[in-house]
Amino acid sequence: MNHERKTMNREIGAIERRKERLDRGIKARTEGLYAIQSWREVLYLLAPRASLIIGLLVLPLVLPGLYWQRVLGLAGVYALLAISFDFLAERVGLVCIGGAFMIGVGGYISGGLNYYLKLPVFLTIPIGTFGGAILCTLLWLPCLPLRGIYFAVVTFMFPFLTTSIILAGNLFEGTEGLSPIAGFPSTWIGIYLILVILLTSIFGLRRLCGEDIGVVFAGIKDNDQAVYASGINVTRVKVYALYIASMIGCFAGAFVAHFSGFVGVSLFAVDFSIMPISACIMGGPGTLAGPALGALILAPLSELLRGFGQLRVVLYCFVLVGFILFKPEGLLNWATRKYHQIEHWVKV
Amino acid sequence: MEEQKKSILKVRNLSKSFGGVKALKEVSFDLLEGEVLGVIGPNGSGKTTLVNAITGFVKPETGEVFFKDMRITGLPPYKIADLGVARTFQVVRPFLSLRSFKNLIVPLWSPRARRFAGSRGGDRDAVAIDLLEEVGFERDAYVPYKSASALPLGYLKRLELARCLALRPEVIICDEVFSGLSMSEIASMVPLIERLRMRGVTLMMIEHRLRELFSVADKVIVLCFGEKLAEGRPEQVMNDEKVRSAYLGEEIRL
Repeated sequence: MNHERKTMNREIGAIERRKERLDRGIKARTEGLYAIQSWREVLYLLAPRASLIIGLLVLPLVLPGLYWQRVLGLAGVYALLAISFDFLAERVGLVCIGGAFMIGVGGYISGGLNYYLKLPVFLTIPIGTFGGAILCTLLWLPCLPLRGIYFAVVTFMFPFLTTSIILAGNLFEGTEGLSPIAGFPSTWIGIYLILVILLTSIFGLRRLCGEDIGVVFAGIKDNDQAVYASGINVTRVKVYALYIASMIGCFAGAFVAHFSGFVGVSLFAVDFSIMPISACIMGGPGTLAGPALGALILAPLSELLRGFGQLRVVLYCFVLVGFILFKPEGLLNWATRKYHQIEHWVKV
Repeated sequence: MEEQKKSILKVRNLSKSFGGVKALKEVSFDLLEGEVLGVIGPNGSGKTTLVNAITGFVKPETGEVFFKDMRITGLPPYKIADLGVARTFQVVRPFLSLRSFKNLIVPLWSPRARRFAGSRGGDRDAVAIDLLEEVGFERDAYVPYKSASALPLGYLKRLELARCLALRPEVIICDEVFSGLSMSEIASMVPLIERLRMRGVTLMMIEHRLRELFSVADKVIVLCFGEKLAEGRPEQVMNDEKVRSAYLGEEIRL
């Protein structure tokens, strides 16, 4: 605000002007606390949430064909990874860039059960989700005392390690991969399954962060020493958070396995680790819904740019650099501000 | 009289060195139930290291700490806090992204606080606001709802104390709660310390503000270069030759 005012002054010289921001919509409010007084105000608060839910549920119906529906399914996978990353990084302070590992573990468990034991989809996906999350959490448990970049580096390394082990040991058919894996009874069921899980995860995680345990998560992010001094075993709380996030990631993995009908080392592709970070920066870190939206924009965008070949990476980087430099708050934070406040210039 | 009280915290031959610096050398003392023990000493005399070693934030090389005859050396910090030994930090460590009353949700969520929570256990927000009022936050003035990042240092020091109180501790170790505060803020802190003591909390206070400390302390320990120089009642300690020379230097005789 101050900075804006200064630059404005320089531009227009003598006239003193400043940007004034007025709250709109709800009359009685201050710093995030508000009293709802009428139905209009209830609608005002519900409209963004409702438009997200309805928008996502209607989206598959208006898409032009099977190709774009499959793209949406894949975008849903990236969206789940993005909120899992956002939850851990922004709400708990664990920067975990092991999305590919979650996908791989969930995919191999779920796909393997279907391939070797012929278990049906409605059994393999829950086993892949919960079992995969336990496996991820147990494997990452020794790294939990690490903080910041160190935890990030270790989690980033895990997918490469697993790929090497699978290829070197020729496990699970090695480079060939497991195929065919049973698909969903119809594409619609697959698409709506991931959209419903996506919405549940967004709203569930937001609710969780508002609960007391969510406050403890935020405390760990701010200052873990003070949480220790409060008589709480920080590592145990981090395990809870990691389990929840891995559950979301492993579900996405199990979904990919059945959606594409194939399980291979490509599930450990580095894209699954990196794309969520970009989606998070683009959508608005810490908002949970923002990163999901970011992923739903970025994934189809990179499909559209497929024709450009290698050049699409360049364009993709431009988008990212642009957001980091000019809109570091991300899309959703910016939109929230615009929704809640009227901005206009006033003379001083 | 004093000898009849039970000792709640026993420190025996505690030593800790950081590289070549001996931060603590064979420090031993007893903290009696219900007393206020002051720990003073020049800068770098090992006061904060003593707190860290007792509460498990650093591991002492030798020596032992007993809490009610139970050996607590080597336990992780959260277990020591869980037993009832709470501490404040000299450099305050609030959760800056949270509102001040939400800062207390963290200790109130801890296993120890939940064991003590009675019928109001579910309403942690209300308990938190009560606690803040107890340490001197003005209830009506919106202060408890302000983000901790917007609070001045005086409130943050009180918040540290409130975080300890939320654990219903038996011992509170205050690491310089008066430092960095103005005279009037200190003046309003002293009654708070008195109140805590009336409630039967045992206090160990690390301090540089001697006058305020001596108005509340029953016993004082003086540390100098990691060694215990003296122990005794405040006026007794201040007249000690060794303590005087540690603080003021040797007397020069011409």
